[in-house]
This record gives sequence, C-alpha cells and structure tokens, in this order.
Amino acid sequence: MPLTAARRAGLLDIESLGRDEIESILERAKFFQPLQNESYRRLDTLRGKMIVNLFYEASTRTRVSFEIAAKRLGADTVSIAAQGSSVSKGESLVDTLNTLVAMRPNAIVMRHAASGAPHFLARHLEIPIVNAGDGTHEHPTQALLDARTILDRGKSLDGIRVAIIGDIAHSRVARSNVHLLSRFNADIVLCGPPSLLPPELAQLAPGVRLSWDMEEAIRDADVIMMLRVQLERAHEAPMAAGEYFRFYGLRLEHLSLAKPDVIVMHPGPINRGRELSSDVADSQRSAILNQVENGVAVRMAVLERILA
Amino acid sequence: MRDAVKPLLITGGRVIDPASGADAVAEVLVRDGRIESIGTGLGASLAEELNEGKIDILDASGAIVAPGFIDIHVHLREPGIEHAETIESGARAAAAGGFTTICCMPNTVPVNDSASVTSYIVQRAREVAKVNVRPIGAITKGSLGEELSAIGSMKEAGIVAISDDGRPVMNARVMRRAMELARALDLTVIDHCEDLNLSAGGDMHEGAESVRLGLRGIPAASEDVMVARDLLLSELTGARFHVAHLSTQRSMAMVAFAKSRGLSVTCEVTPHHFAITDRELETYDSNYKMKPPLRCRHDADAVIEGIVSGVVDAIATDHAPHAGSEKMQEFERCPFGITGLETALGLSIDVLVHSGRITLMRLVELFTTGPASVLKMDCGTLAPGAPADITIFDLTTEWTYDVQQSFSKSRNSPFGGRRFRGGPLATIVGGEIVWKRE
Repeated sequence: MPLTAARRAGLLDIESLGRDEIESILERAKFFQPLQNESYRRLDTLRGKMIVNLFYEASTRTRVSFEIAAKRLGADTVSIAAQGSSVSKGESLVDTLNTLVAMRPNAIVMRHAASGAPHFLARHLEIPIVNAGDGTHEHPTQALLDARTILDRGKSLDGIRVAIIGDIAHSRVARSNVHLLSRFNADIVLCGPPSLLPPELAQLAPGVRLSWDMEEAIRDADVIMMLRVQLERAHEAPMAAGEYFRFYGLRLEHLSLAKPDVIVMHPGPINRGRELSSDVADSQRSAILNQVENGVAVRMAVLERILA
Repeated sequence: MRDAVKPLLITGGRVIDPASGADAVAEVLVRDGRIESIGTGLGASLAEELNEGKIDILDASGAIVAPGFIDIHVHLREPGIEHAETIESGARAAAAGGFTTICCMPNTVPVNDSASVTSYIVQRAREVAKVNVRPIGAITKGSLGEELSAIGSMKEAGIVAISDDGRPVMNARVMRRAMELARALDLTVIDHCEDLNLSAGGDMHEGAESVRLGLRGIPAASEDVMVARDLLLSELTGARFHVAHLSTQRSMAMVAFAKSRGLSVTCEVTPHHFAITDRELETYDSNYKMKPPLRCRHDADAVIEGIVSGVVDAIATDHAPHAGSEKMQEFERCPFGITGLETALGLSIDVLVHSGRITLMRLVELFTTGPASVLKMDCGTLAPGAPADITIFDLTTEWTYDVQQSFSKSRNSPFGGRRFRGGPLATIVGGEIVWKRE
C-alpha cells in the first residue's frame, strides 16, 4: 500500500484525501458495521496501542464513538475533556501536548474549538493526529460517516445532488462534506442566510453552488443535510429572531420538492423547531440515527488505517 | 564615544544617493561622525593619514554605498514588554538589517503618550542603541481613542510623528482634532487604518482562503473605509497624513487619487505584504499572522504596482516582536505581528529588483529619502556635512536567514530558512561600523 497522507499524518482533513482513500475507508467501514441485533465486531488489531482522546470542546457522539471504536479494535484509550483537566487551569496547548506525549500514546484524537489546532499539533509531534473537529474548519470523520450513510441508503455518491442548509460559514461538517462529495463530482448546493454564506464558499471545491433560497436549494435533491445555527460562533444573529425557521427551517411539505427517495441528514445535536421540524426529524426520510450508528464503524476504519 | 572613532574611507563602492541623484563609483570619506566628502581619487589627498594608519579603510568594491536606511515603523517593546524586545536588541536587529534610523511606535507599557515616556526612550536609546531611535507619540492618552495625549510636550521631548498604531482612533471627531493639532505642530499623523468593528474577531484576510481554512476574516474594506475617512479628514484639516502598512488594492487607488489632487498624503508598505499572500496561511503557522493580514494576490500585486508607479513613499517593516510562548498557541489566540528588520532589504531586492520591477535608485529612495520626507526628518542623504549614516549592501551575496540567530529577542518571522541573493553587508551609524556581515 502506498504511503498516503492519511497513514503518515493521521487524518487532519478531507481536503487532502484522494477519492481512492475515501473509498477504501468507506469500504472498510462497511465491514465494521454491526449485523442485525449484534454489537460492533471485536478485534485485536490495535492490541497494545494507546490512543488519547483529547476533547477541548464538548462532544458526546464523537467522543463516545471514537472511544468505542478504539476499544473494539483492542486499543487502550484515555479520554481527556478540557473541563476538569489542567487545560481548564490555563495550561497552554503546547504544554498539554508535551505532557501527553510523555505518556507515549500511539495516536491522538483531537477535538478543538480553534481551526487548525490539530495542524498545530501535527507540526510539533511525530505521532499521528486524528482531527475530531477543529473550529470552523473540518470534521473529516463526520463527512466519512455521512458518505457511508448515503451509500447505505442505496444511493451512489457519483453525481449525487446534495443540498447543505444552514450555518455554512461556521460549519466544519459542511466543509468536510463539500470536499468529500466534490471528489465524486456531486452537485452541491450550499444554502443559508447571507451572513452565514460567504460568497467565497463557491470556490471551496468544484461543483459547489450557493443559494439564499431553501426551496430552490432542495429541488431534486438526493440528500438534504441540515446544520445547526452555531450561535456561539456568530458575532450577531443572521436575521431577526423567529425568521430563521420561516426561511431556513426544513418542514415536511418541503420534501415534496426533492427527489422522492430523498434522505434528510443532520450531524446533531438537532434543534427541533429551529432548523428542522420534529416531524421531519422523525420521518422515514430521516437518516439521522443511521449517521450516529455509522460513527463507530467509520472511526474503526480510520483508526485501523492509521495505526494497524 | 562616536567622536573618538577614526575617520573612515569607503572605497570602490557604487555610491547611490537619491537626494542628489548621484549614482557612480566613488569614495566616501567619513570624519567626526559626518560625511566629509565624496569623490574619486580621495585617497591621494589623504595619503599621509592613510600611511600613518590614521584612517580606516572599508573596501566596498562590488557593493552599493547608500545613505543609511530608515524604518519609520517598528515596535521595540521597551518600556514594559522587554521579554519580547528591548531598545538595545531591536536596534541591533535594525543594524543587521541595514537600518541606521528606526522610528518606534508608542504601544509600549506604559504607552508613549507623555513627555516622560518619550524622554525615557530617547535617553535609553542614547545609552544602548547602536542605531538612531526616533520615537512616535500616541495620538490619544493610553491610545484609548478618546482624549488627545500631550502631543506638544512629546514633540519637545523628541517625537517625530503621532500614531495610535494597532489601536486606531475610531472616533472621527477625535481624529479630526488630532490632525488639526498635528498640523499646527508640524507633525505627521500616521494611522494604522482599520475599522475595528469590521475587523472584529478576524484572524486573517477575508476571502477564499479564510473560508477554506475556517478562520475568521478581516475584510479589505476594514482598511479601505478608514483610509477613505482619514483622507477626507486630512483634506478637511490640511494635516500631513501617512497610511501605515497599506495592504489593499483599493487603498492604494485612493492614496494615488488623493496624491493626484495634491493632498499631503503619503504611505508605506511592508515587505511581507508584497512578498507573500494569504496562501501561506494553510499551515496555520502563526508566523503568518499579522495586521493588516497577508492579503490576496491582487492586493499584493497592487502594492508592487504602487511601488513601481511611485505612489508608495517608503518601505517599512512593522517589526513586531512577540515572545515564543505567545506564538505557540492556537492560531486564533496568537497575537498579531512578525519581526522584519533583518529580512526587509533581502525581500525587497528579491521581489522588486531581481524581478526588474524597480531600479536600484528607486529601491534606495524607498528606504532613505522616501521615509525621511514622510516625517520631515533630515536624515537619508550622503550630502557632505550630513551625519555619517551609511548602508552598504549588494545584490549578489547569497545568504540564508537563520531566525534562531536573530539579534531580536523574538523569533516570530515567517522567513526563517529563506534563501536570499543580496542584502546588507555593513551598517555605519555616525561614522562607526555597527554591524558587518560575517
């Protein structure tokens, strides 16, 4: 196997991954998917390896699924949350890192509120770093599990039509998904209110269009990805309170504009009544729980690829 | 002890002096800290002194002998932030970059907003600095943008301009009053043009790269709206107004327009804004983080065009040292600014001269008569009788910038490891050689 970026440096982003690498991770993730009523496969591929999960930002799904993935592969894991560790006592990133390295882990999985924090780490450390979400930059394993979920629903990624709706400006999920889908020549529409949809997004990757109009964006879509409005990252509200759901909230009646077999996705946590209605979240078209399920399988594939 | 220094005869160099337009191989005789004469065959009339060893000789064959370079925009961090830089260390770095005069911005701790801080800097520089240090005073008290500082007394104590660099005066009325006073006191007003509301929270230039990297943007418009405001206020008040580190295409066009209308407006640009662009940010290396941010290609091209066309008056470094620990953080938490004194000439030669965009005469002007006239300082010339501040450089010496060996106390340069062809060879201040390339 050629020495790829993913093997050398861990997994920092989707942008530097080739289509072959993406496909091989997705294929391997399928192998790790649990069979009906069973739990995830248990292997000892990573026996004796230690993985540090370093979460500087609150996370439930991502942290837990990385932990389960590592344990199912036989690795030892240590999870550190920023709250309650020396991180919250003002220790700098580089000092925390030096401390962790002294513990000799084989890989670090990192979630951080600052874009580029895992890249900073990767420049100073020899061991592979897996980006579990950095600020408003990328969330590579989320895009991989989203792709796995689309495939599981019987759709091909090639030329697929995807609408991503909401706070694109602050979304690492959107960026990673754009890079991934673009590798498969997808037709991608990014949609949101102007302050959350900078025009330069159109240059992010080939095949990207922008729209301020949600109905136009979801027309004939195979996949609708809804995003949470990240109030904690925005300087000011994108539009008057109460108007957001009216213009950018997904409701059941919208789905008739899309392809009949459209699937609705959301990286979570969802805000019912803010970016999508409850009946959409719970409908047959919703793949939100499948996404969560695929989190473990995809992360097993990624960890195995980096460490085995 | 500069008076005790032996006279110095600089031989064999190509003397370029924009003030007189001279450009020819000649000898330069320096005595008692001043330029005594320039010409050919000076050696003959000095034969006796030379034979007795009473005059030192500096062979500048193959090199350019220019008036001492002036950097009107540096941060020396003293008083108050001496772990990042001191007047002494900053002046050494300046000497190693070919600069003989540097003007330091007032954002020290305390801010240079009073005659006592100005006097401290002037006095301290006299004691420890290898180059001339001319302080710039704050426009407002504490650079808080509200109340004018003691500008008149600071002028008496030695400031050469006023600026709230890094914390621009947002209130146009305060800026107007400052300009009125500056005009009466014959001081240049330097503004770091940035609308802080538009740039708030930003870490890099706003554009395709910031969107791709998920870093918050600083739009070009945050610079442009302030340049526009200040140009209007300069016209209103008649003050001499200088745009610091101009970095955008539109600001360059506005300054060109203001100049064409005869306003007393000048501008400077930094080497990093014409040598590199926001494409460098993709490593999230905080050594590429500064204000104004590295802009995109068309802005960098406009900066170069401004240099070529003559709109730009000076190259200045905005040398902004930060201690290592401050730059070893998440990108968004790192402070803005990079060091620049030691690489300015090398970068300028590289981007502007080797490429054939400007002549050597123009290059020297951008470092000498240009900045001197921005602040109406009497340096930057090799005229007989002028202080013997001289920069010797060439276009051929190959060298690599080793940032770990920098004379600055800080290491925050993005140009560590960069190869240069041409750069400073020796720096002479008041007739004394204060730095020479090993």
